[in-house]
Order: sequence, then structure tokens, then C-alpha cells
Amino acid sequence: MGFLNIKNATKAYGDVEVLHNIDISVEEGEFLVLVGPSGCGKSTLLNMIAGLEEISSGEISIKGKTMNGVHPSKRNIAMVFQSYALYPNMSVAKNITFGLEMHNVEKSVCKAALADVAKLLQIEPLLDRRPGQLSGGQRQRVAMGRALVRNPDVFLFDEPLSNLDAKLRVDMRTEIKRLHEKLKTTMVYVTHDQIEAMTLSTRIAVMFEGYVQQLGTPKQIYDTPSNLYVATFMGSPSMNLLPVDVMDGADGSQFELRIGDQVTKTVQLNGQRLPAGRYTLGLRPEHITDPESADLESGKYLMIESVVEVVEPAGADTFVTTKLQDIAVNTRMRGDIEVATGEVTEFALDLRRLHFFDPKTELRVELEAVGS
Amino acid sequence: MSNVTQDTAVRTSTVTRIFIYGLLILFAAYYLMPLFVMIVNSLKPLSEITSGNMMALPEVWTLEPWRQAWSKAQIGIEPTGLKPYFLNSILIVVPAVFISTIVGAMNGYVLTKWRFRGDTLVFGALLFSCFIPFQIVLIPMAVVLGKMGIAGSIPGLVLVHVVYGIGFTTLYYRNYYAVFPTELVRAAQIDGAGFFRIFWRIMLPISGPITVVSVIWQFTNIWNDFLFGASFAGQQQPMTVALNNLVQSSTGVKEYNVHFAGAILAALPTLLVYIVAGRYFVRGLMAGSVKG
Ligand SMILES: Nc1ncnc2c1ncn2[C@@H]1O[C@H](COP(=O)(O)OP(=O)(O)O)[C@@H](O)[C@H]1O
Ligand SMILES: [Mg+2]
Repeated sequence: MGFLNIKNATKAYGDVEVLHNIDISVEEGEFLVLVGPSGCGKSTLLNMIAGLEEISSGEISIKGKTMNGVHPSKRNIAMVFQSYALYPNMSVAKNITFGLEMHNVEKSVCKAALADVAKLLQIEPLLDRRPGQLSGGQRQRVAMGRALVRNPDVFLFDEPLSNLDAKLRVDMRTEIKRLHEKLKTTMVYVTHDQIEAMTLSTRIAVMFEGYVQQLGTPKQIYDTPSNLYVATFMGSPSMNLLPVDVMDGADGSQFELRIGDQVTKTVQLNGQRLPAGRYTLGLRPEHITDPESADLESGKYLMIESVVEVVEPAGADTFVTTKLQDIAVNTRMRGDIEVATGEVTEFALDLRRLHFFDPKTELRVELEAVGS
Repeated sequence: MSNVTQDTAVRTSTVTRIFIYGLLILFAAYYLMPLFVMIVNSLKPLSEITSGNMMALPEVWTLEPWRQAWSKAQIGIEPTGLKPYFLNSILIVVPAVFISTIVGAMNGYVLTKWRFRGDTLVFGALLFSCFIPFQIVLIPMAVVLGKMGIAGSIPGLVLVHVVYGIGFTTLYYRNYYAVFPTELVRAAQIDGAGFFRIFWRIMLPISGPITVVSVIWQFTNIWNDFLFGASFAGQQQPMTVALNNLVQSSTGVKEYNVHFAGAILAALPTLLVYIVAGRYFVRGLMAGSVKG
């Protein structure tokens, strides 16, 4: 039984079920990120935890107490909204202490709490201003302050950074992470940005169409995506998907890989096997790279030569498109590589990082060691 | 909105400018002419009007027509002037404007922030009420007021104006509040504020501009109303009805100078409201459409 427990929770608007049987258990001090595309039900789930949306069936409990039917202000949670939702008519100080005032907290206690939070977030000079007189980043801080001052059991964030410009977003991301490491409070954070999800979380729930597709640590999600949806959603640029026909070989399975227009190479899964048949092969761009960037000594690379179709320099990396299995494949090379469109160049393909999915069920298929 | 500059205007040559200003002055003169005539003639003795030129300035300046209109003129059968009716109008307009504005604000708040099943239908029905001609409801309204026992009284008339006004005030407040994110209310709920507390502490304090619009609109409409006043006021007639009685009286000489003074007196409050709050009126109307 976790600190925050979501048990078989569903949400329906009329006849339309938008969340189906959600089961998530969050331990105290965890940073859970709900990630998924717009409309997948992340905010709805968060609002159900907050008590802003009723839960259609199932149960949500915090610290072992059921929260079904408990008013939002009595759940000891705090929430930061995408639009910040600062009260426009109140000063920053008033915004932060409004919740305390509503809970009849003594004036002197309010004042001390306000001073603490203002210091922590470095917003002391802003306390007398109105929200309208603040920049986006400052509003964001005040919104965080309003949540922090309540000293809640659980923090809820609904896309808190999506209204900030790119640089500020990265700064605030770091700051939220630092805050979590300092406070060690349980946090549930909603975002559609998979980089935010990866960097902030201790665990991620990838959501799509009202289902939790996979729940796991960032590493689990990234290294062993449980289905095609998770595989392509997490990671940027997203995973390349190629249809392959896997056959039994001398030492484990093997499949043919068409390179460019003429060459076909046999790829051996040395010591590992899959039942023969058609699969969707998943290859992340960073696992097809230039030989210098690859750890060739490991001996786990397949070297191929293929024609460069598109070159996209991105500073730290260069993204190079080539053709495998007649499909344009995105690869990631070092930033200072010199390749030109139309050239033939060498690619090193990391054989330890192949993902196989059943094309029908779209589920991940694990390789088995030969002889087991 | 403060940094709107002249850059938004199209640059024009001197010739076009002269043309535009000429046209504007012409129209202004055209529209101001009746007011000019009214003021000038309300300051003349009657003999100057009957003897000739309506457009000329007074030869003898006098305030007597104003005194007459205000406190002495024959209205109906009593020589009371417009004063008591002015008071009636105030007694009708102030509560009616206040109540319809508050109810409109509450409706707008509920329709945007506490949405419920069928809320658009309710809003549609309220909007529809804005388009029902007054004449159609006269008889049903009279029946209802009679049943409630407030026919022919100021409270009855207040009720009629409130009922007719909330369609418009709801529309104003609904559109104004729609711009503010629902998250505002959710944040306040988590902070522990309830339905009314959120309304008083958060929504009303940000409603300044739209409240100006609502008040001006309601004030002008209710103050200028004639039909409901004539139909439902009984003895406590509003200014407009009294003015009509003054002007239409069939006995004696037509005292045009007194009539003009009375008409200006009747129009004065709305004029005043516009002068004081006019600039906020435009600002409030724009507030919904321009995102701060
Ligand atoms: N009040 C509502 N009535 C009907 N459907 C709704 C309502 N609120 C949200 N939805 C639907 O629920 C789904 C999930 O919405 P939401 O949780 O806001 O998605 P996300 O936050 O992941 O973008 C969407 O398909 C949305 O259309
Ligand atoms: Mg959302």
C-alpha cells in the first residue's frame, strides 16, 4: 500500500469513459510524472487526485485514508496549474497566504510561513506586486510558493512549465528537481514533454487514450518500452520502426536487413533467439551512429555502409537520415561529423539495443538466451 | 491596452485629413443641433419662442422655465413639477440596476465556472429574453405582478426591470468571465474557498470594467423606459411618463420652454453617467476581446 494509492480508478463523462482502470501506487517522497499526448487524460487523473473531478469508480487514497468524496481543501494537497491561476486582484503575498487564511491559520504563523517560502523561492522583492506586474517566470515562482506554503502531503503539478519560453523552462525544471530533492515531498507531475518526464521523475506513467501504457523508472521506460506506443513516444527523435522477418539461425535468431537499394545484410542475434516470424524492429537514432562515437571494442556493433539522404546539424549532434528496409531511418552522429547528402558513409548499429515488437499486438517481445 | 499608439492608424495626407475632419464636424453639428435648440429655448421666455426664431439665442436670459419644469408645472392634475417623479425614477433605477447587475454577475460566474448539465440551454434562454419585444409581455407581466400583489408599485416595476435586464447583464458577465481560466476557481477551491467566497473575494474584484458596462447599460435603459413605467407604475410614475404628461397636456398654452427644460432634466442623469464612466464603458466592452 503506497503513500498515494490509485486503485482501479475510472472516469466517465456521460457515456464516454476517458480513464480506464488506472492502478498506480506512489511511495512517499516519489516524483511521479504522468506523460502522454494532449487529451490522453493526464489532467483528469490529476484533478481526480486533487478532488476537483469526481471519480466515477475505484478509489484514491492518501496516507491510507480514502479520498473519495473528500473536498479538495481537506486532502492536504497543493496544486500548481498551467495558467498559474494566480488571483489577479491580490498581491503576491496575499496570493500565497490566501489558502492559510481560508484555513484560519493565525496571522503571525502566516507571516512566518510567507517569509520562509519567499526566501526559498527568492521572491521577496515581489511580495507587494500584483500578478499582472510579473514576468512568466516570476508568476511561476509565485504559483509554486502558493503550493509550498501549505506544506502539503502531495504536490500536484499540471504542465507548470508549458507557458514558459525554452530557456526558462529548462531553468525551472532544474529548480523543481532541486526543490524535490530538498523537500522530499511526494509529487505528481503532469506533462506532455517526454524530456521533462525523463529528467524530473523517479517514476513515469506513460498514458495514452485513457490507459496507463507503462509504469516504471525512466530507465525502464526508455530501455524496455513495453509497447510500440511507449517506444515511439519516449525519445526524441523517436525510435525508428522497421519490419523484419526473423528466422532461426546457427546461433540464435537472425534476420535480413536491406541497406539502401542494393545490399542486404544478415544480422545475427548471437546467443539470443525469438520465435521465427515477422516483427517490428525498433532502433533508437542514437544506436545507429558514426564509428568514432561507437564503443566498437565491445564487438557488439554491426557496421554498415549506406547512402546519406538528409543531414540535419543540431549543434551537439548531427542527425543523418539513411534508408534501411526501404524506410527512412534517423540516425544520430557526433556534432562535428562531415557528411554530405548523397555520400556513402559508415554507420555503426548497436546490436545490444534492438527492440522487437509483435506487429499485431504492438507489445514488446523479449529475446531469450539460446538453450534456456 | 495602455501601449496602443497612433501607429495603428493609417497614415493620411493633409487633403484627406481636412476632408475627414470636415465630415466629422458636419456630423457632430448635425447631431448636436437638437441639443442646442433645447438648451437655447429652455432659457427664453415663452414669448420669444412663439414670436419667431427658434434658433436664435435668448434676448432675455431666464431660468424660470427650469424652475417651472422642476417644481411647479402641472403634471396630470397636480402642479408638482417633475421633482417627485425624478425621485420615483431614482427609486426604481437604483435597486433595479443593482439587483440586475449582481444577478448577472452571479449568473456569469455560474455559467462559466460552475458549469452544469444544460448550462448552454439556460444561457440560450436568458439570451433569448433579450430579444422578446416589451409589448408581448405586458399582459402576462401584469397578471404576475397582480398575483404577487405588487402591481402599480415601485417594487413591481423594479422586478420587471430586473427580469428584463438579467439577460443582458448575464451575457456581459458570462463573456467577461469566460476569459479567466477555470483553474482560478480550482486553485481557490484547493485553497479552501467556497462558492460564495470565490465570488466575493476573487471574481467580483476583477469585474470592474464589465460592471461599468453593465451599470451604464442598465441605468440608461431603465431610466429611459417609458412603456413599463406607463403600464405598471400606478401612481408612482417615473420621470419619462411624467415628462410625457407634461408635454402632452391638452389644456392651456403649450409652454415650449418648460417642455425643453423638462426634457433636458429627464436626460441629464444618463448624460452624467456617460460623461463620468464613458471611457470605462469602451474599455470594458473591449476587455473581453483583447487578451491582456
Ligand atoms: N468536462 C468534460 N466533459 C467531457 N469530456 C471531457 C471533459 N473534460 C475532459 N474531457 C475529455 O477527457 C479527455 C482527457 O482530457 P484531459 O485530462 O484534459 O487530457 P490531457 O490533460 O491529457 O490533455 C479528453 O478527451 C477530453 O476531451
Ligand atoms: Mg491537460
